[in-house]
Amino acid sequence: MKKEIFEPFNSSDNNFEQCVKCTICTVYCPVLEVNPDYPGPKQSGPDGERLRLKDPNFFDESLKLCLNCKRCEVACPHGVKIGDIIQLARIKYSKKKPKVRDMILANTDIVGTMASTFAPIVNPIVALKPVRLIMDGVLKIDHHRIFPKYAGMRFETWYRRYAASKQNDFKKHVSYFHGCYVNYNFPKQGKDLIKIMNAAGYGVHLLEKEKCCGVALISNNLIKQATKQARHNVEAFKKSIVDKNMPVISTSSTCIFTIRDEYPHLLGVKNDEIRDKSELATRFLFRLIDSGKLKLVFKKDYRKRIAYHTPCHMEKLGWSIYSTALLKMIPGIDFVSLESRCCGIAGTYGFKKENYKTSQGVGKPLFDQIESSDVDFVATDCETCKWQIEMSTAKKVEHPISILAEALDVEATVKLWQK
Amino acid sequence: MKFDNIIIGGGLSGLTCGIKLAEQGKKCAIVSSGQSAIHFFSGSFDLLGKLNGQEVKNPLEAIKTLPDAHPYQRVGIKNIARLAVEAPQLLDRAGLQFSGKSDQNHFVLTPMGIMKPTWLTIDDFTRFEQNDVFPWKKAVILNFSGFLDFHTLFVQDGLKKYDVDVQIKNFAMKEFEAIRRNPSEMRSTNIAKVFDQGEDVLNEFAQKVNQLSEGFEVVILPAVFGLFTKNVVTDLKSMINKPLVLIPAIPPSVPGIRSQILLRKRFEELGGTYFLGDIVEEGTFKNNRLVAVQTNNHGNIKLEADQFVLASGSFYSKGIVATRDKLYEPILGLDIDGDIDSEKWLDEKFFNDQPYMHYGVKTDSGFRALKNGKPIENLFAAGSVLGGANALKEGSGAGISLLTSLHVAEQILK
Ligand SMILES: Cc1cc2nc3c(=O)[nH]c(=O)nc-3n(C[C@H](O)[C@H](O)[C@H](O)COP(=O)(O)OP(=O)(O)OC[C@H]3O[C@@H](n4cnc5c(N)ncnc54)[C@H](O)[C@@H]3O)c2cc1C
Ligand code: SF4
Ligand code: SF4
Repeated sequence: MKKEIFEPFNSSDNNFEQCVKCTICTVYCPVLEVNPDYPGPKQSGPDGERLRLKDPNFFDESLKLCLNCKRCEVACPHGVKIGDIIQLARIKYSKKKPKVRDMILANTDIVGTMASTFAPIVNPIVALKPVRLIMDGVLKIDHHRIFPKYAGMRFETWYRRYAASKQNDFKKHVSYFHGCYVNYNFPKQGKDLIKIMNAAGYGVHLLEKEKCCGVALISNNLIKQATKQARHNVEAFKKSIVDKNMPVISTSSTCIFTIRDEYPHLLGVKNDEIRDKSELATRFLFRLIDSGKLKLVFKKDYRKRIAYHTPCHMEKLGWSIYSTALLKMIPGIDFVSLESRCCGIAGTYGFKKENYKTSQGVGKPLFDQIESSDVDFVATDCETCKWQIEMSTAKKVEHPISILAEALDVEATVKLWQK
Repeated sequence: MKFDNIIIGGGLSGLTCGIKLAEQGKKCAIVSSGQSAIHFFSGSFDLLGKLNGQEVKNPLEAIKTLPDAHPYQRVGIKNIARLAVEAPQLLDRAGLQFSGKSDQNHFVLTPMGIMKPTWLTIDDFTRFEQNDVFPWKKAVILNFSGFLDFHTLFVQDGLKKYDVDVQIKNFAMKEFEAIRRNPSEMRSTNIAKVFDQGEDVLNEFAQKVNQLSEGFEVVILPAVFGLFTKNVVTDLKSMINKPLVLIPAIPPSVPGIRSQILLRKRFEELGGTYFLGDIVEEGTFKNNRLVAVQTNNHGNIKLEADQFVLASGSFYSKGIVATRDKLYEPILGLDIDGDIDSEKWLDEKFFNDQPYMHYGVKTDSGFRALKNGKPIENLFAAGSVLGGANALKEGSGAGISLLTSLHVAEQILK
């Protein structure tokens, strides 16, 4: 009985016929608001699809201006998968070859491996103004952008050296999909996760070998490689979830969104066996606390005023409530809500010179809100939002897991389940 | 995840109910699968516009003669009178100024150039106390070149009946060139966004309007002002040197979207949680109570509450679904107030009062929804998901939504 009306929300068969032309989606598209060259979600999505089916020449390269933020999908009253339709059209019809620059931006793990090996050299070099101008001029990576710093020791290396051996002391276990950002740029976030999960009584393990989720490959139209990595990851997840009955958690909202939804919708990689057991760490923790299986104890002297920014993919997943609910559990937190708006970076999109203006224009209302919020820092679940906000405002950005780790009274928390 | 109250559906009913509950300190959540019918809002809320084919002057009086099964009768005439005063106050606290009286309809000028009776009108629009005179004799209708969602000829024709001398003028501004390149994107919301962006465009526009309307007594424009920025309409009115009458354009409606945004904002500022783009898939019942609902996004983390309100709308929003041979409430499988037999759904004469338009979720006298003939103790239904009225025919849509929601909120707060 339910099937017929709920289907459109769960699957992504190209359901453009469902569109009733109400144009509500165009109201909420952040790109359309600042860049009139973009035809907008209705035009690029369901309307354009009708034409493209007749003749692929109707494909318009301006579709690459879409941020894939999915805010149009969230607003559409008829469950049209507008964002997916647009991305699929780019995959299917775009004739533009990805540029060298796009390959560099998209291959977060290969570039990361090289860069973190030479971190002390790479960091100062990409930070140098002349180098940034060359990147701008030759590679068309906007010179305003500051590359996230590469860490000296990769998270995986740190884990094997200092954390792995302790994980079997626990009775319960999870696997951790850390993603490229934690591995190469910000291992601290992974360390914070392990601190919390251990305090909650869980051993944390790495997947047999994780590959970059591929989100940047998809948005830069490197589909073959993205599909290969997706297949690899699904197999790696299966080994944990199906073979060992160990759920997989992650701290990156974009990685998890890509693995759960974009793999089947855009790449056609089936993930039924792993989807339900792959989720964000904040959701995993929330479920434990909500069902009375875990209690976290926080330090008495932790006091901070924090604003939470909802990344687009969290808006689509509907999961920001888990992060905000966890943050609100910390007694010393003065919590400020921000109106949910796109920050404009959308992964590698904002790094491209031609998108810089659009990217900052999209983000401006959010930056204004943040600047006037008088907070100690901003919390968010997405690493690229973090770069964008830190570059465009005076505030620092922290991941909710890091905030929890900072505020957590580990000993008191452990005592609660150990006795 | 536990709340005091969970509301399924985030349209006019769900938001009104949620705001009232949250104002009384309840911890509420609204789950809404997409944007609602408010996006089609004409600028006015109707209480009762027509009865037996006749225009209604005094809705409060006329309501007394409605059939017993009508939602107004079930709320009770006394309650309706009281809640009809409360409704605009609640809207006002959300930053939406509406005016009108429940014992005397006023009139608004429709896109067809007709005076239509209504109850509450948002302050963007002009209220007329009579439907047989138009206060001005020389009017100019201005439209943006390339904007097809405003039918100036209809308005002109309509006003001729009032002996008004009406001229139509189109004009272009460079700020609209970009959206005009793409005719299908020359829509009211896109025009409104340009005006939202700053004083300069609005200033330039007002100057132009003043020039073009020289020698006329009144200016008529499509309602394309103030989407995300609230004061655009007031600013514009203060810049134009004569009365300004706005007329709704083809939806989505700019004042409607602003209303939806402000109502949601009010709800969230009161501490409410609004889950947009999520869909309630099913419920868990226990001893005639709804214990929890399951949604697409939250999966096995169920949403629990002491009371639930079903405000999932009518056919348009899929709160009620009709297939060729089946009519049903798709979320919780509740009883339907209407003929299950599909032969009786339609009256052959298209313009007659269609039976199916009266169909909706069946409730007891306290608006508790019925399932298998029994009322679910903690599940209420409100708004257009209810049966018993043909809102379209009688002009009562928003009235039913606002007043049944306030009534249901009161039942919960008791
Ligand atoms: C096109 C149109 C124009 C109208 N114009 C006017 C007017 O100008 N003046 C007037 O007085 N009345 C008008 N009405 C009538 C009036 O606006 C509506 O009766 C009123 O807005 C209905 O409000 P509601 O909240 O009951 O339902 P809706 O606004 O339909 O809202 C229902 C909500 O429930 C959500 N929903 C449904 N199923 C689920 C689910 N399973 N999970 C989660 N969410 C769900 C939907 O997404 C939707 O947001 C109009 C109605 C329509 C359809
Ligand atoms: S909101 Fe949905 S139904 Fe409306 S125009 Fe956009 S895609 Fe079509
Ligand atoms: S995904 Fe985002 S950027 Fe792309 S069309 Fe939809 S709302 Fe616009």
